[in-house]
Amino acid sequence: MRLYAVVAAGGFRRYATYRVATAAGVFTNTVFGFILAYTYIALWDERPQLGGYDQSEALTYVWLGQALLMTCAMMGGGFEDELIERIRTGDIAIDLYRPADLQLWWLAGDLGRAAFHLLGRGIVPMVFGALAFDLALPASPWTWAAFLLSVALGVVVSFAVRFLVSLSAFWLMDGAGVMQMCWLAGLFFSGMLLPLSLFPGLLGEVARALPWSSLLQVPADVFLGKHTGWDLLQVYAFQGGWALALLAAGRMLQTVATRRVVVQGG
Amino acid sequence: MADALRAYGLIVAMWVRSTMAYRASFAMTTLGNFAATAFDFVAILLMFSHVDALGGYSLPEIAFLYGTTSTAFGLADLVMGSMDRLGRRVRDGTLDTLLVRPVPVLAQVAADRFALRRLGRVTQGLLVLAYALWTLDVEWTAAKAAMVPLMLLCGGAIFASVFVAGGAFQFFAQDAAEVQSSFTYGGNTLLQYPPSIFAKDLVRGVTFVVPLAFVNWMPSLYVLGREDPLGLPDWFALLPPVVAAGCLGLAGLAWRVGLRSYRSTGS
Repeated sequence: MRLYAVVAAGGFRRYATYRVATAAGVFTNTVFGFILAYTYIALWDERPQLGGYDQSEALTYVWLGQALLMTCAMMGGGFEDELIERIRTGDIAIDLYRPADLQLWWLAGDLGRAAFHLLGRGIVPMVFGALAFDLALPASPWTWAAFLLSVALGVVVSFAVRFLVSLSAFWLMDGAGVMQMCWLAGLFFSGMLLPLSLFPGLLGEVARALPWSSLLQVPADVFLGKHTGWDLLQVYAFQGGWALALLAAGRMLQTVATRRVVVQGG
Repeated sequence: MADALRAYGLIVAMWVRSTMAYRASFAMTTLGNFAATAFDFVAILLMFSHVDALGGYSLPEIAFLYGTTSTAFGLADLVMGSMDRLGRRVRDGTLDTLLVRPVPVLAQVAADRFALRRLGRVTQGLLVLAYALWTLDVEWTAAKAAMVPLMLLCGGAIFASVFVAGGAFQFFAQDAAEVQSSFTYGGNTLLQYPPSIFAKDLVRGVTFVVPLAFVNWMPSLYVLGREDPLGLPDWFALLPPVVAAGCLGLAGLAWRVGLRSYRSTGS
């Protein structure tokens, strides 16, 4: 357990090293936040209460999206490129020799990364958004705590999906294509384009049931106080259920994949 | 100049051949590139499933804005999109290799890891533009029709100069490649929507400071017969070629300054 805590801390420190890159990222998130905020204002001016949000809730949704974009790695950008590269070059054999579990090792590192991205890339754009627009920030500290737990579950779901997809490199060697499909799905079904409650009919229902809704739609609704009491527990069960199912699938695929590894040499 | 273009072509051809070694991956990434950009338009379609107009603009009008900027940006991204890899080369010192070759550095950096998959974005932009031209209710004149290809060319040139200027900036701040995305990808997203929905100061900024408004907003206002939210005179619609030439000149200067100030890593 201590080992994984050290790996997580390493993941945090690794991303914290690049301060200029973080500042550049914050700048970009803020610019996109402004652009999207104006499009949402135009939309909610035409249709107040669209999707069950009022205008300030919709604007809060925009800035939450920018704050969580990196944390929940909705467009990729975590460990997966590195893992795929290690599988392709064969370095993965060294990882498998280590007295640590492959999946937990990468999960720990990714949790560390997510913690840094939440602090480093999440807070500042949110502050800019709150200064420039009238946002619906929760008053109760419990809502903030509930939100953080939901984000943490979202990060685990995001990790589990990306881990599964990375393992495809054992069969395909070049993982760029699958990885891109994966982040496209994340972009579309997480609610990053538009809140999933605005998706029409069946598409909306499917989108809300898929794991990616755990990445943004669910944490954002928790933040906006749309889930309380019993409902909140159900939402956690939804996120936790997907997290466990996808982690288990990743574990199974890992077992199959490692049987394929042939280490050359004596 | 001819040498530079020839070298650019050779490097591009090399990367295209290398891409084709993994055909399945190439097909998937091109499709992905197409889909990723198409999502922006899907979002707009989803918005229009709830409303009839956004900021006073109808769907065909927004599709026109979308198609022109996406195609222009797609062309610039295809030709110059590798510029954001420059920071990495400055950081690890591999730019030195490019300096000793008898080929302009700009041509080498622009062609570095040339990504043919970016055709996906151009295709998507052209499809939306075709849809817009099909459905738009505009009385076409020769001048208005000529404006469309002009927008794509000049818009592409303006975005290309943003890529080059961003590359020059990376000589000074290697890790700040993402700032460039605010102006390239961010600018593209901004221009997909009508100027009427944005704050006046923001519109002023992209007209007079970073002149992205000349990619499609200014000429489109003329084609669509719309009022300029800033109340600028009509002849601003004719400025894109002038602005594009100016931008290319300034970006070229910035690139020279950046390249001169390059100090290699190491001892």
